[in-house]
Amino acid sequence: MAQALMNLISAPLLAQAGRAAAGAAPSMERARTVSDRAADALQYSIWAAVLYIAIGLVAVLVVVSVLGLVMSYIERKVAGHFQCRLGPMRVGPHGILQSLADGIKLLFKEGIEPGHGDKVIFIGAPIFSITATILLLAIVPVAPGIQVVDMNVGVVYIAAVSGIGVMGILMGGWSSDNKWSLLGAMRAGAQMISYEISLTIAILVVVMFSGTLRVSEIIESQQQGWWIWRGHGVAIVAFCLYLIASTAELNRTPFDLPEGESELTGGYHTEYSGLRFSFFFLAEFANLFVFSALATTFFLGGWLPFHIGDYEAFNRVMDILPPVISPLFWFGTKCTVLIFVLMWFRWTFPRLRMDQLMRLEWKVLLPFGFANLILAATVVLTGLYFFPTAT
Amino acid sequence: MTVEVSSLKELVEQASGTSGSPDTQEYFVNMGPQHPSTHGVLRLVLKLDGERVLRCIPVLGYIHRSIEKISEHMNYMNCVHLTDRMDYLSSIMNNWAVAKAVEEAAGIEVNDRIQYIRTIFAELERIQSHQLWWGVLGMDLGAFTPFLYGIRDREVLNDVMEETIGARLTMNYVLPGGLMADIHPNFVNRVKEFIKYFRPKLDEYDDLLTGNVIIQERLRNVGVLSAQTAVQYGATGPVLRGSGVAFDLRKDHPYGVYDQADFEVPVGTVGDSWDRYWVRVEEMRQSLRIVEQLLDNIPPGDYLVKKLNSKIKLPEGRYYSQLETARGILGVFITSDKKDEPYRLHYRSPNFNNLWCLEPMIKGDYIASLIGAMSSLDLVIPDIDR
Repeated sequence: MAQALMNLISAPLLAQAGRAAAGAAPSMERARTVSDRAADALQYSIWAAVLYIAIGLVAVLVVVSVLGLVMSYIERKVAGHFQCRLGPMRVGPHGILQSLADGIKLLFKEGIEPGHGDKVIFIGAPIFSITATILLLAIVPVAPGIQVVDMNVGVVYIAAVSGIGVMGILMGGWSSDNKWSLLGAMRAGAQMISYEISLTIAILVVVMFSGTLRVSEIIESQQQGWWIWRGHGVAIVAFCLYLIASTAELNRTPFDLPEGESELTGGYHTEYSGLRFSFFFLAEFANLFVFSALATTFFLGGWLPFHIGDYEAFNRVMDILPPVISPLFWFGTKCTVLIFVLMWFRWTFPRLRMDQLMRLEWKVLLPFGFANLILAATVVLTGLYFFPTAT
Repeated sequence: MTVEVSSLKELVEQASGTSGSPDTQEYFVNMGPQHPSTHGVLRLVLKLDGERVLRCIPVLGYIHRSIEKISEHMNYMNCVHLTDRMDYLSSIMNNWAVAKAVEEAAGIEVNDRIQYIRTIFAELERIQSHQLWWGVLGMDLGAFTPFLYGIRDREVLNDVMEETIGARLTMNYVLPGGLMADIHPNFVNRVKEFIKYFRPKLDEYDDLLTGNVIIQERLRNVGVLSAQTAVQYGATGPVLRGSGVAFDLRKDHPYGVYDQADFEVPVGTVGDSWDRYWVRVEEMRQSLRIVEQLLDNIPPGDYLVKKLNSKIKLPEGRYYSQLETARGILGVFITSDKKDEPYRLHYRSPNFNNLWCLEPMIKGDYIASLIGAMSSLDLVIPDIDR
């Protein structure tokens, strides 16, 4: 994690250094992110840089808490409609203040620690969980410039940082002094580490197509059309792999084994109460957004509107929104749809068994992923995808 | 094969981390008495190796209310009213079982109208019970939505039954010698409406759960109970029929007016959780068929043959009567010493025997499979503890 933090701080500097070294390529103007501004400000005053970093941090923290509120509300509403009921309706119009009320309730609940548990780790676990989410959020490109840090090794960073979340769960399960929690934590460890591989392999397909690790450039490379349909079947397979693997990473049904409330009475968070419990859930809901946002970035063109190659007339219609709103609209729409799909999974699927889960990963997803990767390489080398001249 | 019965003490003494291979350490967990999947206060002591279940010992008694003992100090008419607290999802059938035993012992013949209404209500309650079970099975396997779908349809049926009975869970309707009240004037029409409503919903159940590949993976070849073991353990109802034994009192020893209805008894082949699942879903369809056939033929007549005195005395002797509830055979054993209170009243409850099938079914399998298998047994704990 320290390494990741170092990366977070040093990446913009490295990026700038890299750009300076490349010298001749400033023509491709990237939108300046918060970290870019911080790096620039560093030349004048360290305090200005610190100010920018603080702005980025606060922004991410605000986003995390707002996401927690909004997502839990949406989830309950979606669940309500899936289950032929209303969901929250009493607190505020259409229950819109329900999450807030829940938040206040959780705030006032007693934080219980298990008597024989490892207290330091027990308290640290939810913080670890939420830190991983915050680190991931930092790289989510919402719109040009609305991004905390846009590093040149963005995809590697994502793969590295998304692995931290499992630590929080393992710590929570281990320190709870409860066998159910431990079982949940062990399941989580096995599950999340396994699916991490498939997740990364699915992303690598896009990296190959776009030829860059920087997320903003991955989005720019989709000007002519989103990778999901430009890459023929290969990208669609990769997208499906990504969706399945990210559901597992999120610990959501059908992969919610670490929690497994009907088997393990809550799994790793059995012993958690009040605010600490809510941290785990905050992390889960924020992660839901992060993984949807990353899927949007990699496969659905991020903030870009729907374009078809050189069909100027069609593209112009798609560009009709003013440039200030357009990226937010497109990013928001795609993200919302993906979040809805993930919630759809949750409220219709039953839970897999541990051995089935492992079988799915190691015997199905991984071979498929590797085969798909090789196929993608072939497609890229032969330029078989649509509009290969675009990049 | 011998049935191995070990005490809890013996079980704990055996383990303490010494047995098994040196690479693994076996450990115990208590599943229950408070656990989301034991559906009430059942406690299972699990001896685990990782996630594998080595032993699974049910520990009973957390909801014991001495219904049998209390009955010894009550007259026969009052005994009936305790029974709907046993298997509360088969409450009418429980009432009926006692009423049937008393009627047989006292030699009371009830008229056809009463038999028709009892049979219809029993089948409606079987549907209602299976609706809840279906939803709960989904919930146990991690899908919460089916639970609410099951509850939604159960509420519709509850409304229909409430109109006549006035209760929604511990329905108390059958008495020795007849019924508590006549059916509501709307009853027949509303049941017809319900049948029309519920048939498509059963297809929806299939879409949501039966056809789901994860459910099939979770249930197929999990918790296999051979026909031989099922018979040895005294399993009855869908658990027995799921194991391939086509034994159903409604067909084999008809009571009520089951002999006048045309229906099939679904029977499984493998004896796994999937077969038990399938048997129950199919039973809902068959129950709809039975109700549909009987509904238009309810003969006129009185709903109570004669107002039985609460001081009714049975002739001296031992009487046994049994009836097929939603979970299997409920037997009522009465020992009478010519007094107005039973000398001994014993219930042979279906859940008790079904519960003990759990260990042979699940030995060596995963915890997650244990949940699925337990759910496929459809246990109601107050019926076990009484």
